[in-house]
Amino acid sequence: MIELLFAPFAYPFVVRALLAVTMVAAVCALVGTFAVLRGMSYIGTALAHSLVPGIAVGYLLEGLDRNRLFWWAAATAILASLGMAALVQRSRIGEDAAVGVVYAGMFALGIAIMSSVRGFAVDLLHFLFGNVLSVTAGDLLRIAAASLVITAVVLLLYKELVLVTFDRAFAASLRLRSGLLTYLQYLLIALAIVVALQTIGIALVVTLMVAPAAAALQVTRRFHHTVLAAAAIGIVSGVIGLYLSYYFSVASGAAVALVCVAVFLLVSAGARLAARVPKGAPQSQPPPGSPSPLVQ
Amino acid sequence: MGELAAGRRAHDGGSYGREEAHSAGSVLLELRDAWAHYGGRCALERVSFRLAPGQRLAVVGPNGAGKSTLLKLIAGLLRPSSGAVRVSGSDPDRHVCIAYIEQHAAVNWRFPATVEDVVAMGRIARVRYFRYLRRRDRAIVAEAMERVAIGELRRRPIAELSGGQQRRMFIARALAQEAEIMLLDEPYAGLDAEASRQLTATLDAVGSAAALMVATHDLGIAERLGRVLLLNRRLIAAGAPDEVLAPGHLAAAYGANLRRIDADGGGYALSDSHCDHAAHANGPPRSARAV
Repeated sequence: MIELLFAPFAYPFVVRALLAVTMVAAVCALVGTFAVLRGMSYIGTALAHSLVPGIAVGYLLEGLDRNRLFWWAAATAILASLGMAALVQRSRIGEDAAVGVVYAGMFALGIAIMSSVRGFAVDLLHFLFGNVLSVTAGDLLRIAAASLVITAVVLLLYKELVLVTFDRAFAASLRLRSGLLTYLQYLLIALAIVVALQTIGIALVVTLMVAPAAAALQVTRRFHHTVLAAAAIGIVSGVIGLYLSYYFSVASGAAVALVCVAVFLLVSAGARLAARVPKGAPQSQPPPGSPSPLVQ
Repeated sequence: MGELAAGRRAHDGGSYGREEAHSAGSVLLELRDAWAHYGGRCALERVSFRLAPGQRLAVVGPNGAGKSTLLKLIAGLLRPSSGAVRVSGSDPDRHVCIAYIEQHAAVNWRFPATVEDVVAMGRIARVRYFRYLRRRDRAIVAEAMERVAIGELRRRPIAELSGGQQRRMFIARALAQEAEIMLLDEPYAGLDAEASRQLTATLDAVGSAAALMVATHDLGIAERLGRVLLLNRRLIAAGAPDEVLAPGHLAAAYGANLRRIDADGGGYALSDSHCDHAAHANGPPRSARAV
């Protein structure tokens, strides 16, 4: 049993993968909790797919050089997140529709560019689904740096970001720059996606953002507890997923995503069971007629 | 009490670097010929009035009279299309001392936060960017909760609050914010008698800490607040309740179909004269709220 746990550590690439998955899961859970509570869970998917044309152009111009492609992805992520934030704040057709159109358009453009290059199909799979076992020391360094930046920004602007996520009208009356903070939230999500690209890929990164946060929300009652629980759930899911990937030769991104969803289901079932068991005083219900929109 | 008072003195230039200093004059709020357009139509026409620090004012008028628009204008969330809104002599959006409490706060009630967490958000404008709340802020938050009698709810998740508790929590947040103007939009809507009584006690507990403007349909509440502003897009009358709520003024605000029914105990209700007269025999008509 112990051997099963430690055997993979004999390989440096597995150790790198474990480190990568730990950082990525923590950072995705951190920005994901804000996104879920703001009712923009789908933004992660939309932003991730919007990176494809940038990566495609980078690939066309520079070939499959991972270091260069990271910067292409990062630059595209910054542009796409700022564009999407602007669209969401100014859109007249509703933000889900606006984001949906842009995301589909960008993704299609990326696929079109990629399909014009012979032999791209295999590399495309790599970006769509990630391959954490191929993480290099250089990748690891970039992941660490980006994770540090994201965490530092959230810690520095913690109270403002929480307020703008909870109550935008009140944030406005405190004269907070809620527009700027919204752009910043998009930027953080975009950066987390770039970090996660290698580990879990474009198509599945949203699971790492949404599932741990959604699970944590069911068992916590204060925001910082939610963030910490989400990070813990994400890390545990990531590590378990990696083991499954190692032992059963499943694609690492898919394995991590599946474990995330499984943990979410388990926590949901557990929370339901716990709610059924009466503990002392009966739980008071939220008032009837009180608005409880999850999406603002 | 001490911390809140000390906090007020300590608020010098505003932590976000934008707040205007408050002059020592006796006019806290002044509207001069303010017009407002909302969604393409005229919502307020040439409204002018003044409010002194600590004054309490009811804003009464029919639906669509512009009560919410007026409060948003004063909160700095809307700009007048012409005329001026001045808080201590400058634009409202230069101030963080204005608390606007909506009828239905557009917040996610499943947000993982306790009552104390939300009340503490009131301190954010007083603490600079990149900083966390200090012990003094925590004391102010605790005092604000005690003042509106929700101290025992401090660890309760907001998802478990009743409608009345939610509104008292926001009033505590306004106190923690050291608001000098509290704008409450229909705070009594949907509350039962007990919750209404508690809310009234809460508003009394605010005392002279802040000027209050309460938009309401309830003339009894308007009377209690001592000053009334009767609105129907334009200002129809302002002043003491018995002058403002005179039949002529009410007719001007609500149209000729409304009439005043003097009820037992000196209160009165508004009645729509289209209503069946027989209904009155069984108590006040549904559209009215007796005192």
